[in-house]
Amino acid sequence: MSDPVAMSRPRKGAAGKTGTWRTFRPVVDREACNACGLCAMYCPDACIDADLEIDLEFCKGCGICAQECPKKAIRMDREER
Amino acid sequence: MAEIPEDEYLLKCTTACAGCSAALALRYVLKAAGPDTVLVVPACCTSVLQGIYPNTAFAVPVYNIAFAAAAACASGMSEAFASEGKKTNVIVFAGDGGTVDIGIQALSGALERGTNFLYICYDNEAYGNTGMQRSGATPIGARTTTTPGGKTDTKKDIDRIIAAHNIPYQATASAAHPKDLFEKVKTALATPGPSFIHILVPCPPGWRIPSDMPVTVGKMAVKTGMWVLWERKYGELTINGPSRAVMKKRLPLKEYLSLQGRFKGITEKQVNELEQQLGKNLAMLAKEEAGEC
Repeated sequence: MSDPVAMSRPRKGAAGKTGTWRTFRPVVDREACNACGLCAMYCPDACIDADLEIDLEFCKGCGICAQECPKKAIRMDREER
Repeated sequence: MAEIPEDEYLLKCTTACAGCSAALALRYVLKAAGPDTVLVVPACCTSVLQGIYPNTAFAVPVYNIAFAAAAACASGMSEAFASEGKKTNVIVFAGDGGTVDIGIQALSGALERGTNFLYICYDNEAYGNTGMQRSGATPIGARTTTTPGGKTDTKKDIDRIIAAHNIPYQATASAAHPKDLFEKVKTALATPGPSFIHILVPCPPGWRIPSDMPVTVGKMAVKTGMWVLWERKYGELTINGPSRAVMKKRLPLKEYLSLQGRFKGITEKQVNELEQQLGKNLAMLAKEEAGEC
């Protein structure tokens, strides 16, 4: 059935795979991480889940997680592609 | 303090710039509001970051509307929900241009009518979506594309304009303090009648800061007293969290200005002017909290 009005529907990836925007990739040092969760709290795009795994398919590589990490456990490495 | 839910209402990902703190603020607004919410969005960054038709990254209904009409639209919507006996939250999520400049008459009208809604102004201190032109909310000395030599006029004090409407709940918040923001949205939605929250959202391209800095800059705005976190419930003002300590001892303003490229050309005179305004604002808030005015 077609919509009576032009209406968008919610879908994951509505803006494409934003991970391709990245120039720097976050790399977590699990030894240094104390699982405080500040990175997940400050991620503007909610790309860090409850287990603090970063979704690289969508992470735009802004680096806020690395900047705000109190243990400096996240490093930003240049993307090779 | 209520636990922040894990549910996300912004699906991965919006088209917001990397490091956008408006998206960060909206994430927590929607977490606090929950699924039974309608967003009314006038022209601003939020109207372009939803994704591309026929898809959207927003998991709540959004009504995109003209700049000047957001609060008027929300008024009608809120009345319609009330007449159907629904408790749906109506939230306007508007930028500073859509609030302090273009949307102000509709907003003032809706506040005066006592519409049951929450109006959120997320303030990046310029028209970010169209290329960083100056707005009424741009502070003195800031470079924008239309004030290449730095703005010569002062920032419009929208909070005191709103305060003059004597609404039940009004607050300021910052994207760099999401827990405080979450609590304030919860309180605002639990308060019947109109409420207003003003959120500072540092903008990486507009403020000429690196994409990893918005949270640091947002925290610095609070630490220097440039942005004060407070809430006013039925006329009673409380200064919140980190701003309490700032009332006694604050960092020099230069530490906030030097982080940002937009203040590169600011003159000594303008810094003094900003400093004076800031001191005056803090003194007025302290007096109000103590019940002296």
